Amino acid sequence: MLHIFCPHCGELRSEEEFHASGQAHIPRPLDPAACTDAEWGDYMFFRDNPRGLHHELWIHAAGCRQYFNATRDTMTYEILETYLIGTKPQFVNQVPAIRKGDQA
Amino acid sequence: MTTANVYQQRPTTDVKAESPLFHADLNSLVGKGCTNPGVVLREKKLLGHLTIRGNGHDPAFAAGVHNALGMELPGALALVSKGDSSIQWLGPDEWLLIVPTGEEFAVEQKLREALDGQHIAIVNVSGGQSLLELTGPNVRDVLMKSTSYDVHPSNFPVGKAVGTVFAKSQLVIRRTGEETWELVIRRSFADYWWLWLQDASAEYGLGIAA
Repeated sequence: MLHIFCPHCGELRSEEEFHASGQAHIPRPLDPAACTDAEWGDYMFFRDNPRGLHHELWIHAAGCRQYFNATRDTMTYEILETYLIGTKPQFVNQVPAIRKGDQA
Repeated sequence: MTTANVYQQRPTTDVKAESPLFHADLNSLVGKGCTNPGVVLREKKLLGHLTIRGNGHDPAFAAGVHNALGMELPGALALVSKGDSSIQWLGPDEWLLIVPTGEEFAVEQKLREALDGQHIAIVNVSGGQSLLELTGPNVRDVLMKSTSYDVHPSNFPVGKAVGTVFAKSQLVIRRTGEETWELVIRRSFADYWWLWLQDASAEYGLGIAA
């Protein structure tokens, strides 16, 4: 059983109170109508699947019912930090995650 | 002036009101069962429940709530009470106010007046939830069986209120006294909690209070 720190409640809570809601820091295009299909499809459907650090959106579903962000290591499941939406994570990948289209 | 549709939701005529545990007929169980119960259950039924939403960082909002209720806006996981009324923190922008039966309409109007012009929401949720009070030396044992949250006094002092997972479902636990705890439950789950609490309290003896 993991204990996860809720930045709103200010204490460690049992994992069963939380739900993961996918990748964090995905900005919605400011003008969706101006997007190409590829850009819009990338925004809507394509998510990173890194090996290592991953910034994720979590919700404290059974507690304060608020969303927050977490940095999790996908290899060890270690949650390195949780932080409020709108703030920057302390832990970031040294090597940028390989995104679709980045490969040579 | 608010444009919100505020109206008296509680019938003032002699319409029969049934609490969520009406079918359990708790009144007929008062004083029955074991003579020295470790857990005493009381249904605090048909109270006025209001959820208040607003910007907790805004001094004007906190001051408005304080002026209207005479209670300080509580911070994270805190519960403040005055007489039979109480206000508790539910989230960074959400609070639950519980007032005695029938007072919710007047309190809502008073709050709206005090918070006029602010970006707020006040919703009467009296019909959707209910309050169960547990008193006795073994209440903590029952809670320990039911939730993974740490209910030891060092972590759960009087005046704390947390929403958590409880018996495979979710509710809010409030500690109002040394041996007194309250559960804020959803109305539709009332029968489930009643059955669960009977089972969980059986070994300590369960008494019912009116």
